[in-house]
Parts: sequence; C-alpha cells; structure tokens
Amino acid sequence: MLVYFLRRLGQSLFVIAAMAVLVFIGVYAIGNPIDMMISPDADQAEMEAAIARLGLDKPLWEQFYIFVINALQGDLGNSFVYATPAVELILSKLPATLELAFLALLFAIFLGVPLGMIAGLRPNSLAGKTIMTGSIMGFSLPNFWQGMMLILLFAVILRWLPSTGRGDTVDVLGVPVSFLTWDGLSHMLLPAINLALFKTSLVIRLARAGTREVMLQDYVKFARAKGLSERRIVLVHIAKNIMIPVVTILGLELGSMIAFAVVTETVFAWPGMGKLLIDSIQALDRPVVVAYLMLTVFIFILINFVVDMLYCVLDPRVRLSEAKA
Amino acid sequence: MGNEFMRKSTLLCAVSLAAVLATPVAAQELTIGLSSEPSALDPHYHNLGPNNAMRRHTYDSLVLQDEKQQLQPALATSWKPVDDTTWEFKLREGVTFHDGSPFTAKDVVFTVCRIPTVEDSPSSFTVYTKAITDMQIKDSHTLILKTAKPYPLLPVEVSTWGVLSATANGVTGDIGFSPDGCTGIDSYPKTQAFNDGSKAFGTGPFKFKEFTRGEKIVLERNEDYWGTKPHWQTVTFRPITSNGPRVAALLAGDVDMIDKPPLQDLERIKSEGFEVAQGLSNRVIYLHFDHEQEPTPGIDGTDGKNPFKDARVREAVSKAINREAIVARIMGGVAVPAGELLPQGMFGSTPGAVHDSYDPDAAKKLLADAGYGDGFKLVLGSPNDRYINDAQIAQAVAQMLTRVGIETEVDAMTKSTFFARRNKYEFSLYMAGWGSGTGEMSSPLRALVATRDKDKGMGGTNRGRYSDAELDAMIEEALATVDDDKRESILRQASQKAMENYAILPLHYEVTPWAYREGLSYTPRTDQYTIATGVKPAG
Repeated sequence: MLVYFLRRLGQSLFVIAAMAVLVFIGVYAIGNPIDMMISPDADQAEMEAAIARLGLDKPLWEQFYIFVINALQGDLGNSFVYATPAVELILSKLPATLELAFLALLFAIFLGVPLGMIAGLRPNSLAGKTIMTGSIMGFSLPNFWQGMMLILLFAVILRWLPSTGRGDTVDVLGVPVSFLTWDGLSHMLLPAINLALFKTSLVIRLARAGTREVMLQDYVKFARAKGLSERRIVLVHIAKNIMIPVVTILGLELGSMIAFAVVTETVFAWPGMGKLLIDSIQALDRPVVVAYLMLTVFIFILINFVVDMLYCVLDPRVRLSEAKA
Repeated sequence: MGNEFMRKSTLLCAVSLAAVLATPVAAQELTIGLSSEPSALDPHYHNLGPNNAMRRHTYDSLVLQDEKQQLQPALATSWKPVDDTTWEFKLREGVTFHDGSPFTAKDVVFTVCRIPTVEDSPSSFTVYTKAITDMQIKDSHTLILKTAKPYPLLPVEVSTWGVLSATANGVTGDIGFSPDGCTGIDSYPKTQAFNDGSKAFGTGPFKFKEFTRGEKIVLERNEDYWGTKPHWQTVTFRPITSNGPRVAALLAGDVDMIDKPPLQDLERIKSEGFEVAQGLSNRVIYLHFDHEQEPTPGIDGTDGKNPFKDARVREAVSKAINREAIVARIMGGVAVPAGELLPQGMFGSTPGAVHDSYDPDAAKKLLADAGYGDGFKLVLGSPNDRYINDAQIAQAVAQMLTRVGIETEVDAMTKSTFFARRNKYEFSLYMAGWGSGTGEMSSPLRALVATRDKDKGMGGTNRGRYSDAELDAMIEEALATVDDDKRESILRQASQKAMENYAILPLHYEVTPWAYREGLSYTPRTDQYTIATGVKPAG
C-alpha cells in the first residue's frame, strides 16, 4: 500500500516537472506581451523600459530559471496585467467556478444516473428510446451553441432567467458564494445546465450500459430467485455495481469542468477561472497562464487520487488486491 | 408541429415585447455591458482605452477632451503659454474631492509626482508627464508648468490623467517637485487602494462604490459635483467580452446599454426596438509598406527587389483599392473612406482631403512603368480580432490587388501573434489601425511615418520604417510650435507630403456603434470611450 502511494507520488512529481517545462516554453513562444499591454502612444524608450521591468529582455533559459526558483518557493509570479500574484488571482476566481462545477455535477448525477438506469432497464420502451435520443443531442450539439440557445430561449424570449453574469453573492467564511440567494441561483442555473448537458449525456450512456450488463449477472438472477423486491434489486444490487465507471468518468470530468469551463464561462460572462484563462491568453498574461496550467495539473492529480480512494470504498476487490500488493 | 412551434414562439415574442413595454423605466439606474474591462481602477496604473474611459467617471483632469476630443476647461478654468516653455493654469475654486478635502494646486503637483512611482504599471502615464520639468505653485489656484522645449501638446497631455488628493494621501507640508522624485511626500497610494476603494477619491461626477473584478464596477453619483450632475444615481458596468452574449444581455433587458455591438447585429438590434448611436472615430485603418528591407519577406517574382521602394508601385496599390466598395459591402456602410490619417474636422486634417479614386487601369499602367508589368506575388499581413471586420477587409484588399496583377495572399492571425510578427518586420505589406489619442494630426504622423528615432521618441509604430528627412523636420517643427494656428498649418502640409509620397495608405476611418434600450440617448465619441455622463434619458 505504502509502496503504491510512493510510486504514485513519484509519478505525480514527474508529471508536474514535465508540465512546467512544456507549459513555460509553449507559452513563452507566443507573441510579445508588451505589444498587447502598452499604449500605442508609448515611444520606444518607454517600451524598452516596460520590457526590462517584466524581465522579458532576458534569454529564455534565464527566465525559466527564475521561474523555477520562484516556483519552488511557492511563487508562480505576478500577473503582467493586474500586477497581483497570479495564484492569488486564480484562487479569487475559484469559488465561482467550483460552485458552478458542483451544481453541474449534481445535475449530471441526479439526472444522468436515474435516466440511464431507466433506459437500461427498459431499453425498448418509448421512455428508454427518448432518453437515448436526447443523450445523443447532448453529445453532439456544440457547447457554445447550446449556451447561446439557452440564453435566447430562457433570457431573451421567455425572460425567466438572467442572461449573463453572477448576480448577488453572500460571504460564507469570507468566500463569496451565489447559491444561497435566489438572484445568485437564478444566474447560476443556465450556465450550470450548459456545463452539465454533455456530462449528463455521458452518465446516461454509462449507466445504461452498466445496467444492461449487471442485469445479466448471476447475483442479480440469484437475488430475483431469492424473491427480493424489484425495488431492492435495482436500488441496491444494480445501482451500486454500475457506479464504478460513473465515478471514474465523473471524477475526471469534474476536473475538466473546474479547469476548462472556458466556453460556458465565456458565453455566460461567468467570472470564473476559465474566463480568466481565456482573457489571460488573449492578453498574453504569461504568468497567469503558466500558473493556471500548473494549478490545473495539480487539481487533476489530486482528483485522480481521490477517485482511487473512492474505488476502495465502492469495490471491496480493489481493497483486497491493494492490501496484497 | 413546426408551424405550431412557430406560432408559439411568435406568441412568446409578443408576450415578451409586452413585458418590455410594461416594465417601468428604472429610475436613475443604469447598467452598461462593456466589451473590455479595465485592468484596475487606479487612474495612473494602465494607460489604455478601457482604463482611461473608466477613469473619466471618478477622476477629473485639468483639461477635458469632449466628444470630439476638443479641449474644454475642467479642473483648470483657463490655461495659456506665458512664453514658449512656460504655461500658466488657473484652477477651479470651490471644488472638493470625494473625501471632502478641497482641491488646490498642490493636488496637481502630488499627482504628477505619483505617476512615475506606480508599481508594475503595464503602460505608464509618464509618456504624458515627462515633458514637465518643473511645477510651481503661484497661489493655491494658480499653477506654473515648465517644459524643457516649446511643447504645444501640454494642454492635451494634462487631459489624459486624473487628479488625486494630496491631503487624502497624508501630505501635510509643501511638496518639492522634481522630475526625478519629489520631496515632502511620505508614501504614495498603492494600486490596490483604488481597487478596494480605500483611496478612491477624485473630484469626478461619480464616486467609487464597488468593484469585483470580472463581475462589476458600481459607481454612484457625486452629489457635490462642481459641474453638471449626472442623471444617474447608480451606474453599474458589467464586462461581457464576447459579442453574442453582450448583444443577448441587451436584448434580454439585463443591461441598458452595450458598447461595440457587432456590425452584422445592428439590424437585428434595431428591429427588436432598441436604438443604435454611431459616430466617426479617430481611428484610421491603414496599409503600411516595407520601405527598408531588400529583399522583403513575402514578395516573390521581383528578383529580390523590394517593389515598394518605388513610389509608383505604392501609388498603384492605392489606385487598385476600391475604398467605397470596402465601406459599403464589408463595413455595411458603417465606416468612412479615408484620404488622410485623421478624419475631417479634427486638428491638423486638411479640409477636403480626398482619397485616390478606384482606377485599376491606371494602377496597371503604373506597375508597368515601374517595371512590374507582369506583377508579383505578395503576402498581406493582418490581425483577425483587433479591428472591426479586419480579416474580411484584408481579403477584399487582396482580391483587388490580385485584379491588377499583384497576386496577393492574406496571412491573418490573432492580434497577439500579429503585432509580435509585425514588430519583427516580417511583412512587406500589413494592415493595422491607429487611433489619435491626442485628437490631432501630430499623433499619427509622429508614430507612423516619422523616422524611427528612440532618442526623439519618433516613429514608435513606423514598422514600415518609412524615412523622409524633410517630413521629419516638418513634424518636429510642428511639435515645437506653441501657436495653434501655425501648428495646424504645418501639420496639414506634413500630412499632405506624406500622402503625396504614398508613405502609408489610409483605407477608412472606423465608425463606432453603441446600442441601448429605447428611452436613452448617447452622444458618440471620437475616442470610442463609453462614458456614463454622456448617456441621457431621451427627450
């Protein structure tokens, strides 16, 4: 068990180091941030001063060296545009993204799993067919277009929900959250649905396939033979056994919802991390982009770790084999 | 089914329209959706459009640029040159800052002292203060400014920065001014203090209320404002950077007004009962030639020669372009063909300046005379996300050039890549734009066609490296002529000289649109700024 975790840790550190090199070189190969930030009225002397102030006149290896030394001390640099620490900037956007991602995750689980199970239990019924057709739509329509259509329908035509922005927030332990006010929730609903549509479709497919597979297993037949109620068979024996792939995929998808909700956050002007990333890429705010990607790598590694732990809880066989190793 | 859906949606439209009409006009509250967010609320942090427009709400400057970028009195009631290098500014009496401290000459000195000290400023305002070599407080409301050389741009430059309160920032005694660092000031306020509001005290028509980056900026009316009080009690700015969602937010009634609606959506916006204001901007879209390198990148079929060194070829390019067609077809009429670098009516533009008319036959003849009768191949560099419809304009130009024998291919790319490549001289012909921040001809001439010279601060954006000693002398003379009439006549001559030599090819001036709900009006601004004091209830 300990060896396993140490090996995992070593792998993780290697991934982080490799990402640091790739991201840094990739980001620093594009454009010149000064061109994007400085007023066109600035003369050449002013421009050179700005370049020197940001350390952009130094050779690439020296900039990388400075970055690594600072990063090892926990400092991923200051934003060129906002002059605040990049990590602080990203973390200030984290709550907005997290609550959106979790609401979307809830949609995905509480819509996706039951719908998928219905489709799996009654694959030839009208309900089953409708659910599967719906999930194809969720897969194939582009996220951006879905977002615009949601805005058009619910905000412009029906005027039930606000089109963009975050709405009122309440501070909980110093962190601004929107899910505690009606105004905040109403702002969150459309982007959360937009973010959840693809994931829900994914979960429906996984749950359906799992259900159909598990239904044929001997223990389900045995449970039936034993005379257990259908309700108990479905909710306990089937539901529990289809959750492993669902949890794996949702774990990874949660990571991508947190890190790359770029399209949804842009369409709904949701002030989260994805929006920050795209703005920073456009402004060539290199430290923010680098810090963001490094943070993302970290989040993915963390989630994978948690998913592994969840396996142990859900599946006793994983527990046993790990104990033997 | 389809028909039913149509009927339902029509019904829904009607219902929603009724809802719009029934909604009472929210009294004295205004919400504006902005296409770009200022990077900070510190008035001296970042010298760039979105920040400068936002600054105007909270912090007044000595001199004000009005909608047409004409200078108007603001915190200074009058100003005049005492001699060629000395200016006297009479300051407005009875003005107070938002914290209650009175406005005096000392505050202006404090402000000029602070500007070079702003930490990590991405684009410093020192470009607009470095001409000032000395400041003397004659009396509490009279200020003497000295420059090293005759400097006619001083009144324009003092219109670009907002004034802070010295008292609110802990200055009790006298300030000793020096361009290298002032004395008598213990500490300067940090940028953060303006973002969180703790030092956000100006004299402007609005006070700071709330700022959440990426979400909103809320301002409230300054009830003690010295000038005309704005109509709006509260103004909320919301950054919505994507075009589609910004238009949707307007149509959904979430915001009252948006800036820069996409041209292709203007008809839709109008048809839904919203209004559009549009006005000529100070921004010219131009083509710039490589006047320096030989061979020049992207040109093929000339045996290594740079054809653009020949003025006849440059003239041919100008005559091959149908500017009216570009404006009519690509810009939907929302632009004005350009014959100069600054629109008619602005300082230094030549009355009646006309652009070359479209004449492909003359263009072919000029090319043949120059020895390029068989044409050549060319790559035209252009950004695709910086100016209105930029990539489409470049495509149109390329087709027009190909028609006269210059086989042109467009290399359009995102702005961050484009400007980096352009600044490395990777294009023999490129398309870009220039907005005149000062509102006078000296700005584009100095930046785009004056010989690149770091010490003189000339030719900063002259990435075609055009060089003409006579033209340089004229621009320098204009920049040292304090008398406005004389300066304007020199600028006109210089502009004509640059145009006659085809140093650069202006294509058109951008027209800036704004869209807002019924019942509002906005006076378009040449500087493209969105300023809430300019938004008024109609009628």
